[in-house]
Order: sequence, then structure tokens, then C-alpha cells
Amino acid sequence: MAGPINWFSQVFSITKFGLLSIPQRRGAVVATIIGIAGVVTVLVGVLSIAAGFKQAMTASGAPDSAIVLRSGADSEMVSGLSRDQTRVIADAPGVARTAEGPLASAELFVIIDLPKRSTGTDANVPLRGVESAALRVRDNIKIVQGRMFEWGKDEVIVGSGAAQEFAGLELGSKLKVGRYEWPVVGIFSAAGGVAESEIWSDAKVLQAAYNRGDSFQSVYAKLNSPGAFQEFKDSLTANPQLNVKVSRQSEYYAEQSEKVTLLITTLGFLIAFLMATGAVFGALNTMYSAVSARTREIATLRALGFGRGAVVVSLMIESLVLALVGGAVGGGLAYFAFNNFHTSTMNFQSFSQIAFAFKVTPALLVRGIVWAALIGLIGGLFPAIRAARMPIAAALREL
Amino acid sequence: MKFFHLIWCNLKRKKLRTSLTLLSILVAFVLFGFLASIQQALVGGVAMAGADRLVVRHRVSIIQLLPESYKARMERIPGVVLATHQTWFGGIYQDPKNFFMQNPVVPDEFLNMHPEIILPPEQLADWLKTRTGAIVGRKTADRFHWKIGDRVPIQSSIWSKADGSRSWEFDIVGIYDGKNKGIDTTPLFFRYDYFDEERQPDRGRGLVGWYTIRVKDPAQAAEVAKRVDQEFENSSAETKTEPEGAFIQAWAKQIGNIVFIVSAILVAVFFTILLVTGNTMAQAVRERTGELGVLKAIGFTNAQIVSLVLAESCLLTVLGGVLGLGLACLIMPVLAEKLSGLLPLFFFPTRDLLVGLGLSVVLGLVTGIFPALQAMRLRVADALRRM
Repeated sequence: MAGPINWFSQVFSITKFGLLSIPQRRGAVVATIIGIAGVVTVLVGVLSIAAGFKQAMTASGAPDSAIVLRSGADSEMVSGLSRDQTRVIADAPGVARTAEGPLASAELFVIIDLPKRSTGTDANVPLRGVESAALRVRDNIKIVQGRMFEWGKDEVIVGSGAAQEFAGLELGSKLKVGRYEWPVVGIFSAAGGVAESEIWSDAKVLQAAYNRGDSFQSVYAKLNSPGAFQEFKDSLTANPQLNVKVSRQSEYYAEQSEKVTLLITTLGFLIAFLMATGAVFGALNTMYSAVSARTREIATLRALGFGRGAVVVSLMIESLVLALVGGAVGGGLAYFAFNNFHTSTMNFQSFSQIAFAFKVTPALLVRGIVWAALIGLIGGLFPAIRAARMPIAAALREL
Repeated sequence: MKFFHLIWCNLKRKKLRTSLTLLSILVAFVLFGFLASIQQALVGGVAMAGADRLVVRHRVSIIQLLPESYKARMERIPGVVLATHQTWFGGIYQDPKNFFMQNPVVPDEFLNMHPEIILPPEQLADWLKTRTGAIVGRKTADRFHWKIGDRVPIQSSIWSKADGSRSWEFDIVGIYDGKNKGIDTTPLFFRYDYFDEERQPDRGRGLVGWYTIRVKDPAQAAEVAKRVDQEFENSSAETKTEPEGAFIQAWAKQIGNIVFIVSAILVAVFFTILLVTGNTMAQAVRERTGELGVLKAIGFTNAQIVSLVLAESCLLTVLGGVLGLGLACLIMPVLAEKLSGLLPLFFFPTRDLLVGLGLSVVLGLVTGIFPALQAMRLRVADALRRM
């Protein structure tokens, strides 16, 4: 009966003893904690880039909205649709309608060279020409400063991310597009979505400036319901007048973010894995020296009747505690240093810049703590086994 | 050198501790190799830029095309030796995941402009004879097991032929190599005349993506760039001309400040290793207080004591550094294979290998200096008393 309780009290007293001796080996303990904190900071930091990028891209599509491109086009940039085609698409079954007509916006998507504030070098900033339904097709667009541009006028509004990341897009400044100069009359937000990286103008104005005749690149449509997507898609793909690819907006943007997210996560994991290996060696070192400094104490305890299991478990707990402290420090550091850090990067799939903010999500923090715990457990296991296997008599003789 | 044996024995005294420290140093240097290779892959192209080359693109953005007729006008500008163009084809071979660049070029002008691309003369002769001929870099040829004589179909996401089809077929007539490892050998180049005659007449015929210019004197590059832009000012397609290096650099910076991110991670890694190694050395010196006292008592000078400790820490870090960098040299080529689709220019440059070696010495000095000073300050009497 007293067995398990006795065992727990053994574990408790050895652990307490170990943790209380930490101040005596400050140097080694601090080195381990910082080592593990470093791993967690880098892991969480790098993955927060991918998380933020993905979040910006996936915040962009409601389930009841669709995007239509030319078949075979893997991004808006290389797509092309004629005016007749966009009309057929807007009139397709499944598209929501209001008194003013179908909720479908035929759009142009081009890039314009603007200097990036952080580097001072030119970047491909997306410039989108929209039709009046655009604001209702995407329900998250809000003008936060200034006003909406007037239809048919040479004016633009700028996404809040773009205004922050690229030079010359402040409210009231003028955007130079070739020989044209378009005043920035408003700044808009899009609930953190990818539209915030873009500059918007009237599609007709953009067609003229970029010599696009009366052609477009995509149609964004609001559907009657998320369930109406299949009907909408089927009717378009069955139509012999069209040769188009129909996707849900959410799927399209998830696909668009795939490559960058994959690249960042692959590199991030490789870096963090290597760092973690290094940290395991550091933790092993600390725990081995902790064990060897306590050879006599452990032998004495064993002589008094403390079990091997209790010695192993308590040393592992000690290592785990150090690792968790390191993990918490690292996670906290990553959170304060990186969360909501605004930046922009090139999305190779859309050939244009995406402004986004690093996101240190709870899931990432949990992942960081799990890695720290694993480092601590591996780092504690071998020294603990060695301590438990120590022959009592020989260890006591070292006295 | 005569104390090498002593230093070596000191390191061997706590074999486990020494090997664990060595392993963490090793891992740090493997990571160094990995980060250096990533950086090389993302921004290394800048070093390969020709100092005598300028890139001319449409002023509004690179997706806007320029007239083919600009070539003749550019070559009339004083200081310009040669102008040639390329166009982004945006093709897909079988699967979008198989990404590599394909551009239409004018063969002899293109090879003249880019001496870093090495193509056997008989293959060039074949290329000039074959309208549908294309040359491909060694990496892509190896990746898809293409041989000379193969006919490869590529779907263009941008360009359709006059008959509306988007499938273009090319005959591989040559496989080129780079002059050195830094040259990207993934692109495929095919003939502009074939491209221009086949594409739809109303969609871009006679228009090209961007120009590369060779200037007579690199010192005059900025002047020439200005003259080129002035030449096309107020035309329907105004240009922006800059040195090739600046163009590539701006391109790399579109991704973000890579150099900064890589350096930040390296600082985190080396700071950690500094602590681990420094801690090992401090422990080692603490344990040996008595012996150091004896050494001093038998006449070792302060300088000798400091050197002994420093030599020990440097031996540890340099050993770890050499093993780690060596391992990196073995691993990176394997990783390069795996990452070739994402990062074609991924390799561990010799320059960074040397930087790494230097870094291992610095790491040894920095981690050893405090324990060494501590050892130096020991008073013989105190040290011996602690024995």
C-alpha cells in the first residue's frame, strides 16, 4: 500500500534536492536554458512567417465566393478573358444578384514597380482594376482613410498593407503609371486579407493605361450560397463559349500560397532540427555534469533505500523543468519579437508582393514547448540512466 | 607545439563532456553551412552579374513588353556594344511543380552576351540550323533525363500559337554548362524567330520582355543607362535601365531582407554555442585549479598559462568547426538535389567555408579568454591550497 506513495515521495525529494542545487551550477544551467530558448525562438519565429503568410492568403476568400480564370492559367497574372466571356460568367446560374445586376466583378491584375520601404529597391506591387460589384463580392473591404475612387476617374485606393510597405502610396500622393498620374484618394483594409497588399482602380481606367483593350483577367463572383458553387462551376465548364477554370476563392488563394509556405516551413524545420540537435548535446552535457557533481548524494540516497526508478524519474523531471523554462523563454521571446511584425515578400506564384504580418499562433507556441520538452527528455534520459546504474559502494568510496 | 600532448590529454580527461561539446560545435557549423547555402541560393546571383552589362526593362513593370525595334536604337547609343533581348515564356513541362525558366533568345547574340554559358560550338551550329531548336542547362537536362535529339513539349501559361494551342515543342540541340558553380543551369533557351513567327499576331508579336546591353566601359555604365532611358522618354514604352547586379539584387530583395534574416539566425546559433563551449572551458579550468597552481609553481609564465587554456579551447572549436564544415560539404550537395526545384542555386560556396574556419578560431578565442584570464590570475599559494 505504501509502495506508490513512498515512490512518489522519493521522486519528490530527489527532484527538490536537484532543483535546489541549481544555483550552484548556474553557468551550465543558464547555458542549457538559453540553448533551448534559442531553438524555440528560431523554430517559432521562422514558422510564424509561414503562418502569417498563410493567414493573409486564406483570410481572402469567403466560402460563397468564386474566381474564374482562363483554363490553364495558374494565376491571375497570366489569365485572360474577353468582355463577352466575362458577361457570360456574370450571368451564370448560382451568381447572387441585386437590383443593379449580378454580384460579379471582371478584373484586371497587373503589377507596378514601386520601391519597397524596407530595402529601397523596386518591387512588383499588385495593381488591380475592378468593377463596381467588387466591394460587394468581397464583403470585408472597408475604406479606413479618405474615400472610394470615383468610377471612370483616374484615381486609386490603396490597401493598408501596401501603403505601409511601399513608398509613395500615402493618402494624397500621386501614383505614376507610365505617363499617367493617379492620385491616391483612399486607404482600405480587407480584414488582413491579400487585397490589403493591392492598389485598386477602375478596371476601365487600367485597361486604357496598360493597353488591354476591353479584356480582363479574372471574374470574382459572389454566389447565392456556398452550396451553389457546383452548379456555377458545372454550367461554366459545360459552356462551349468558355474555356475557363473555376475555383472557390479560398481554394485559389490556398493554392497560391502553397509554394512560399512550403519553402519557409521546409527551411524552418531543417534549421530548427539542426539547432535542436545541438541543444540536445548541450542539455546532455549539463545533466551529465549535474549527475557527476551529485555522485555521492545519489549513492547515499540509494544506500538509504531510494529506488533506481525514483532516481531516473526525478533526474528526468529536473531536465524537463529546465527545458520547459527554456521553451517558455524562447516562446515568449518569439512572441514579443515577431508577432505582428509587418513585412512583405514576393509570392512567386502570383509574381507579386504580398504584405503580411508574422503570426505567432498558440499552435506554434505549443509546438515550441513540445520541442523543448523533447530536448529536455532526451537530454535527461541518458544521464539519469547512468546515475541509476552507478554501483553504490564505488560511488560512496569517492567520498 | 611541445605542449600539444598536454593540451590533448586535458581535452581527453572528460571524454564525454568534450565529445558532447564537440558535437554541439559540429552541429552549429553544419547549420552555418546550411544557412550559407540558402543565402547563396537566394542572393548569390548578384556576384555572377557582369559588370559591363545593363538590364533594360519597361519603366512601369517587368510584365510590360518592349518593342523589338528598340534593339537597333539602343545599339546606336554611344557606349553600347551590343543589345539583345529575352522574354518570359512561363512554360510548364508536364506538371507545374517541374518549374524552370524558358526564354526565347537570339542564339548568337545571346551567347555573345553571356560568355558564362558554355555551349560546344557544334551544338551552337546545330542550334543555328534548327528553327525549333533549344538548348537546356545541365541541371534541367539531368533532372528530366533529356538528351540531345529529344523533342520536348512545353505548355505556355502566357503565349498561345496562332492556331490557339498553347503547347510548344522544342528539339533539344544542345546542353550547356556554367563557367562555374554559381551559374544557374536550369533555364532552357529557344529561338526567338520561331517564337515570334508562331505566336498569335495580335498578342505581342514584335514585343519582347527585357533587354541586356553590353557597355564598352563599365566605368561609364551609369552614363549609358541614363542615355538609354532618355532615348525612350515620352515614347509609349519608357524604359528603366540599371546595372545587371542592381537588377538581380533588387529581384532578390523582393523576397525580403534575406541577408538580415540569415545573419540573425546565425547570431542566435553562435551565441548559444558560445555559452555551451564557454561553460565547458570554465568547468575545465575550475577543476584544474590545483594543477594550474603546480604549473605556475614550477615556472610557467602567465603568458604560457593563458596560451595553454586558449589553445585548448581553440583546439576544441577548430576540431568541431572542421568536422562540422566537412560534414556540411558532404550534406549540402545531397540537399541541393532535393531542393533543386525550389532553389536551383543552392550550394555551399568556398568563400563561406573559409569564413567558417575563421569563425571557429574566433569562437575558440572568445570562449577561452575568460577562463584563461581566470587561470592567469590564480595565486600559486591559493591554488595549491585548494588541491
